[in-house]
Amino acid sequence: MLESVLITIATAATPLLIAAIGELVVERSGVLNLGVEGMMVMGAVTGFGVAVTTGSPWLGVLAAILVGAAFSLLFGFLTLSLVTNQVATGLALTLLGLGVSGMIGEAFIGMPGVKLGTISIPVLSEIPYVGRFLFAQDPLFYISIVLVAGVSYFLFFTRAGLTLRSVGDNHDSAHALGIRVIAIRYAAVAFGGACAGLAGAYLSLVYTPQWIENMTAGRGWIALALVVFASWRPWRVLAGAYLFGAVSIGQLHAQVIGVSIPSQFLTALPYLATVVVLVLISRNRRLTMVNTPACLGRPFVPAR
Amino acid sequence: MRKLLLALAASTAALAFAASPSLAQDKTKACWIYVGPIGDFGYSYQHHQGLLDVEKHFGDKVETAYLESVPEGADTERALERFARSGCDIIFATSFGFMDPVQKVAAKFPDIKFEHATGFKRDHPNVSTYNSRFHEGRYVQGVIAAKMSKTGVAGYIASFPIPEVVMGINAFMLGAQSVNPDFKVKIVWANTWFDAGKEADAAKALLDQGVDIITQHTDSTAPLQVAAERGIKGFGQASDMIKFAPETQLTSIVDDWGPYYIERVQEVMDGTWKQSDVWGGMKAGHVKMAPYMNMPDDVKALAEATEKKIKDEGFNPFTGPVYKQDGTLWLEEGKVAPDGEVLGMNFYVKGVDGELPK
Repeated sequence: MLESVLITIATAATPLLIAAIGELVVERSGVLNLGVEGMMVMGAVTGFGVAVTTGSPWLGVLAAILVGAAFSLLFGFLTLSLVTNQVATGLALTLLGLGVSGMIGEAFIGMPGVKLGTISIPVLSEIPYVGRFLFAQDPLFYISIVLVAGVSYFLFFTRAGLTLRSVGDNHDSAHALGIRVIAIRYAAVAFGGACAGLAGAYLSLVYTPQWIENMTAGRGWIALALVVFASWRPWRVLAGAYLFGAVSIGQLHAQVIGVSIPSQFLTALPYLATVVVLVLISRNRRLTMVNTPACLGRPFVPAR
Repeated sequence: MRKLLLALAASTAALAFAASPSLAQDKTKACWIYVGPIGDFGYSYQHHQGLLDVEKHFGDKVETAYLESVPEGADTERALERFARSGCDIIFATSFGFMDPVQKVAAKFPDIKFEHATGFKRDHPNVSTYNSRFHEGRYVQGVIAAKMSKTGVAGYIASFPIPEVVMGINAFMLGAQSVNPDFKVKIVWANTWFDAGKEADAAKALLDQGVDIITQHTDSTAPLQVAAERGIKGFGQASDMIKFAPETQLTSIVDDWGPYYIERVQEVMDGTWKQSDVWGGMKAGHVKMAPYMNMPDDVKALAEATEKKIKDEGFNPFTGPVYKQDGTLWLEEGKVAPDGEVLGMNFYVKGVDGELPK
């Protein structure tokens, strides 16, 4: 029972985690891409479509990653090369994604999907209570954990990561040092798009293997909130995603058991928890400032 | 500046032109607004099938338009206004939460007919309401659930605590109790009509806590699919979802709005449209049951007999004696609940655990 609850929590948390870790890298480079929802839903529809047509969920995953990245490059071109407003362009990307995915997806409505199977590691998966939760999951679960570890290592223990953060903190200085600000931001945006696409594929190939319009149902926005919630630290994104997952699954179980708390309140609980933690974290202003990319959302136009 | 003014004048003229009802009247324009996407393969999908039926039936005598995923609230009003100004002759608003906006906009456009599904307000002569007796289907589901369940506990994923949903839960329970008086149901309120992930999570929570049959009053195929993965039987919602659970779907309530839509559009064409309140069920053909599958023959026979009783013999699921949750008598032996009371139902019948959210 506990174990299956944990697995359900992981399923709810993984798509948020994958999308948020991608957006974290984007924001660390100083770009605010509000189009996560749009890229995610594009990933969901391509992942589903390719998996169903070819019969291979892995091809679906790959296609979702590529489409997510390609879609984000559209955002990149507009905001980085043409220096449009990042907030407005990101919102437009979301709307565009929702619309285009609905159009592409029309052919797939009402079709049962292909599910990405679980990989269970022998022996380890038989550990009582947590074995199945940790070692008998879908492959994207493992990938999500590796992603967090990888991003954390990259950002704080490699020279390239330092460069990326410097671009996010002060693009003028970085530019003066000869760092190619725009190129790095393009790469970060593409990585974020790829992650969002992967998160979308998780929805349509693992979470609920089917295509339904708007199936992201606001998860892209939660991923965005998680990045702020985590104060731009990778491991905190993991904690945040699982906290959010735990509260949203927990409230369903509370209802089944028959806890007499209004269900509307329980439904709002995950969001409430997010706000509370956010308030607690931002009490220490100086600590918050240290992690916030100073150039977040600011356009970069190199001086001639 | 002059150019801008000219352009403005031109566009105003164009607007006035489009809004003038005397033009382009040879075609009747019927419009729909849906609460979900037509791709939900559930509730909104079925309404859209009704639109397609209208197109098929009238061919080029009719023009149709629709807006999907219209949120319940201020946006509803905008959507309705937009349709009203774009020359729609009849507008179908297909969700309970569209109720007040419909009254408001209908007051402004007395010449346009408004049809509101699942509501009860008809403040103006140009507003009709229509609904289907889905709970008749839920009664049949209850009978099947009680026959099929080994634990005697069903899981029920509900959307919002509105009469429509509450009467469904009650009808389901009454059906189940007619077979097994001790039958229990566990209810999870998802507080959404449509969020596949959340519905799936709700289904998992129910299954993890030991229910061995599930039903839903939310619109996606996800709960049925989750149940199918675990080999648990369940019911589809609004459309036949057998493709998603070929070995576990027992049946599904299928909404068939086509006949009603065709009738009403015809009346607009003939000029005979009048305000009405239609609540059709199995008998009128508005509610159908998907083929009974994945169950033993005796259960199937009982399900068919129950369906026949409702359809042909006019049996009402809310026939006394019916007790409220607290044990007080609501409906005396042999009495049939008046439609008005059923449409405003805000209590659980006896045997349902938990408190009804207010």
